[in-house]
Amino acid sequence: MSHDIAVEARDARKVYGQGIGAVTALGGVSLQIRKGEFFTLLGPSGCGKTTLLKLIAGFESPTTGHILLDGSDITFDPPNERPVNTVFQSYALFPHLSVADNIGFGLKMQGRPKAEVAATVTRMLALVRLDKMADRKPGQLSGGQQQRVALARALAPSPKVLLLDEPLSALDLQLRKEMQIELKRLQVETGITFIFVTHDQEEALTMSDRIGVMQSGHLLQVGDPRTIYTRPANRFVASFIGESNFLTGTLDGTALTLDAGPRMSVEAGQGAPTQGRVTAAIRPEQIRITSATLGDGIPAKVTQTVYFGTDTHCRVVLKDGTEITVRLQSPASGDVGLHPGSEVTLKFEPGALIVLPEAA
Amino acid sequence: MTADPKARAEVRRGWLLSAPALVLLAVGATGPLLIMLVYSFLEPGQYGNVEWVLSFKAWFNVIMNRDIFDGTLTFADAHLSIFWRSAKLALLTTFFAFITGFPTAWFIATRSPGMRTALLFLITIPFWTNLLIRTFAINQIIRNEGFLNTFLLWTGIIKEPIVMLYTDFAVFIGMTYVYLPLMVLPLFATIDRFDMRLLQAGYDLYASRWQLLRYVIVPVVKPGIISGSILVFIPALGAYVTPRILGGGRNMMIGNFIELQFGQGRNWPLGAALSVVLLVIVSVALIVYTRFATSGGNKHHG
Repeated sequence: MSHDIAVEARDARKVYGQGIGAVTALGGVSLQIRKGEFFTLLGPSGCGKTTLLKLIAGFESPTTGHILLDGSDITFDPPNERPVNTVFQSYALFPHLSVADNIGFGLKMQGRPKAEVAATVTRMLALVRLDKMADRKPGQLSGGQQQRVALARALAPSPKVLLLDEPLSALDLQLRKEMQIELKRLQVETGITFIFVTHDQEEALTMSDRIGVMQSGHLLQVGDPRTIYTRPANRFVASFIGESNFLTGTLDGTALTLDAGPRMSVEAGQGAPTQGRVTAAIRPEQIRITSATLGDGIPAKVTQTVYFGTDTHCRVVLKDGTEITVRLQSPASGDVGLHPGSEVTLKFEPGALIVLPEAA
Repeated sequence: MTADPKARAEVRRGWLLSAPALVLLAVGATGPLLIMLVYSFLEPGQYGNVEWVLSFKAWFNVIMNRDIFDGTLTFADAHLSIFWRSAKLALLTTFFAFITGFPTAWFIATRSPGMRTALLFLITIPFWTNLLIRTFAINQIIRNEGFLNTFLLWTGIIKEPIVMLYTDFAVFIGMTYVYLPLMVLPLFATIDRFDMRLLQAGYDLYASRWQLLRYVIVPVVKPGIISGSILVFIPALGAYVTPRILGGGRNMMIGNFIELQFGQGRNWPLGAALSVVLLVIVSVALIVYTRFATSGGNKHHG
């Protein structure tokens, strides 16, 4: 089993500074990343995802803990001795070298024969579709082209793992979408393990095989995009990835009595409590609104509707004062027929409500 | 391009604005050079100055000597040795200023902003004092009874004072000291703009520390190395005060030799011819150096 693991962090902890001023950037993270996987580290800035990436690249060493590559300990190997390459957020292309020389830099430093370097560079140029740009300097390229040079440069030495440090954040939306598809294609074509760092949850959901969500130096949840979205491990994950509404109530087995009204049956969440006060999360698009005030839903009052084109967001307030957002598909007329002050009933499938592991 | 009359007016205004500088250059730089060139083809006057008679004697004398007594021609090896010493010392000074200046500039550029300002300020402090006084201070340090020898004798490391003053070594030390800031400042300016993330990228791509220096740092900061070297080499080649005070009369450099012709030598045409030779050496050196240095096609990247 372990030979399927490309990179492993064992209780990796990173503390900057000492004594009172010490800052814990990474608080004991253990993680296994599989071979050939597109793994994304997702979290807000300062959550420790870039620190973890630096530990894997070798720019920093952990205060305690270990980093393993293909099962061997590389914790203290310098970056130039690790078969791991990085695509930097700023690209960090060498301004004095041509595109071809940039791409061949790693191979040249490794002392590979000239013919091999030239052949690999040609192959890489074709891979990132920059064949005609080989003799240009990075300063003469657009942002997207520079991005692809950075990718080709990091892929050329055929690293065991490719690290990508928010590489798309400097691109505009259109280009970012193109590069997301391009990155995924490159990963599939080369079969190299990608570790991708981002704070953009949409990017993470669309590209990754698995996502690790981080916050304040801790890994909160690791799983495939669907699991992360539909079964968030806690309140932070539920609100950081997509939008979530939170409801409080009292749980007894699978029966949940919401503070805002009815009693309903829920599925037991992973690691979630089965008794007492709990918080449950529900996605805005999982809720339906009916204008009838009867039935077994949750009674609510509309406070605001905002038209977003395909969707209309409807803010409602519950009996206990909890505010909830409901995302409705806009009808052909564009008007959902709800107005501030309308009395409505909220309904949803039992499985849509997820009990979170932490206490309310 | 300038078909637009407004744009043309702009260009004309630009020329007008730069007119004072152009006049100053024509009168202050090109004029004296032309006078020098003309003087080098005249006869020397008896008490200095020149006789307005066309003559190639001065140019002839740059490389050949006619014996005063029997009139035989000999190669002016004394002149050549002065040229050679000047070139050698100027190159040595430039090289050593680079070797010491590069780490200094790197150190300063990688400090915190406040520290950087303070260190740059320290670098410029020598400019506050007259060059003559600074050079005499070096004289005081390295002469036989100077601080250095006194200290070494006192510690017992040496029994006899080391003769340093009035040697090429003294001139070299003096010039390196005087011109070091001219190397450090342009180097600092380019290193300051150097993107340190390139080091991380190079290190990540299997470069060792030496490979980083050779393939990343030096090529990127090359413009600074070129301007620093030019700023040191040119004044070092024509240096006058430093070799005069630290080299004594025997270890003349070309600047002293030219001064001699205009002073005691009373041979202005020879002095003028030597100056033109110096100018040619500098120009050729500059052209060769910049050609060589930019052959890598280094387009500076903002």
